[in-house]
Amino acid sequence: MTDIALAVENLSFAYGAKKALDKIGFTVQSGECTILLGPNGAGKSTLFSLITRLYDSRQGRIELCGYDLKRQSLKALAKLGVVFQQTTLDPDLSVSQNLRYHAALHGISRKAADKRIQEELERLDMFERRGEKVRLLNGGHKRRVEIARALLHKPKLLLLDEPTVGLDMPSRQAIVEHVHALVKQQDLAVLWATHLIDEIAADDSLIVLHKGQIKAKGKLTDVLQATNCADAGQVFQKLTQNPEEQKYPAGHKGSQV
Amino acid sequence: MRVLHYWRAMTGIVGREVLRFLHQRERFISALVRPLVWLFVFAAGFRAALGIAISPPYETYILYEVYITPGLLGMILLFNGMQSSLSMVYDREMGSMRMLMVCPLPRWFLLCSKLIAGTAVGVLQSYAFLGIAWLYDIQAPLMGYVWVLPALVLVGMMLGALGLLLSSFIKQLENFAGVMNFVIFPLFFMSTALYPLWKIKESSQILYTLAQYNPFSQAVELIRFALYEQFNSQALIFTGAAFLLFMGAAIVGYNPSKGMMVKKGGG
Repeated sequence: MTDIALAVENLSFAYGAKKALDKIGFTVQSGECTILLGPNGAGKSTLFSLITRLYDSRQGRIELCGYDLKRQSLKALAKLGVVFQQTTLDPDLSVSQNLRYHAALHGISRKAADKRIQEELERLDMFERRGEKVRLLNGGHKRRVEIARALLHKPKLLLLDEPTVGLDMPSRQAIVEHVHALVKQQDLAVLWATHLIDEIAADDSLIVLHKGQIKAKGKLTDVLQATNCADAGQVFQKLTQNPEEQKYPAGHKGSQV
Repeated sequence: MRVLHYWRAMTGIVGREVLRFLHQRERFISALVRPLVWLFVFAAGFRAALGIAISPPYETYILYEVYITPGLLGMILLFNGMQSSLSMVYDREMGSMRMLMVCPLPRWFLLCSKLIAGTAVGVLQSYAFLGIAWLYDIQAPLMGYVWVLPALVLVGMMLGALGLLLSSFIKQLENFAGVMNFVIFPLFFMSTALYPLWKIKESSQILYTLAQYNPFSQAVELIRFALYEQFNSQALIFTGAAFLLFMGAAIVGYNPSKGMMVKKGGG
């Protein structure tokens, strides 16, 4: 089994005449957290819609754990866990009922599902609240439940689409730490879309997406070096505000694309 | 193993719908109030105005209330089918539809499971209505209540598939109200739910033709005949064909590369 969890090659997508993604390509490895950084309208949501097969790509290719998303979509999707930007829990059902529903969709038996639910909820200190209706949980706790849900079927790749939007600082911090711990402990591959710079850890990989094109990709340290920036905030500013003026010295691992 | 996965997923989807249904008892009650108002008020008022001649499957003169009962069962299933798709538009706006679509099962299967879940709720509502109608002295032969089950299931699936197809075209909940008016009212009023075909023919040839080919008419006739222990093959073929057509189109509508999903959504 390859350790490339996600491979995107030459991917383009347009809404009518409007190009949303323009020949982008990158990989996400197991045990690696890749931050997809881009302003609103950069194409992050379109990319996520393509990876989750809400839309189909007519040009380019997406592979999940070696499975072609178009031709072997069911095998590919089995490897994928997703936390969408909007909460997708049923507010009138309890935490357990929501998680059992997800487990059923992935063909997990009731007994095995209950065991997995306990494991994942305990890891997030939410097991005691499994009987509560989701409506009664605060935003941070809902997100924790959604992360637990995305991991129930033990995916190889976790997609997070701006999961911390609207949360307070402690909740955001808890989620950032939890996800980074998962990457290390479980060899999970994570693709995390955000526009919040402080969610990036020092050893993360970075992809800067702007107007449907990848402006930089690589390990954070390499991208900083390539762009002569002190931090990710500067990189973001530099690449998304004056993209035409920025050229980088050759020979760096982190590169402009 | 694969079959087990399908089975677990389907029971999960149906189970979720039933749980939601149990949490929304007012939905059940309001679904019953609508046809009951028609039965107790509308039909009682029109009893004198509309005499119903003997026509199959009835073997004798019948009261107008008896005539419109199958039509009202159709109405329950029609509203339920539209309501299920309304909940799918809601699910899509809220994102839980995306979660369903991302699970590793074929879309046709997921849509069929959703349809079965919605139909189960509609059939329960139909039997509750038949129970109340029985107390109101609208009584079909006992075996009719058994024969009507497959008819209710097929009609529920057909109307649910129509709702599903509509939901694949509708981007937002607000647009749905308009479609409800443009779909439910023409389907219901241009059908044999309220008046028999020969009665419509007396007043308008165009309406007669429209009503004859309206899939809802055929669905109502299927229920009407089944409730009186008779088999209407034309209605069965027509309703079955309409189901396959609507379901096929809905599956295409929800297909990521061919359907309407591509034309929606932001960047």
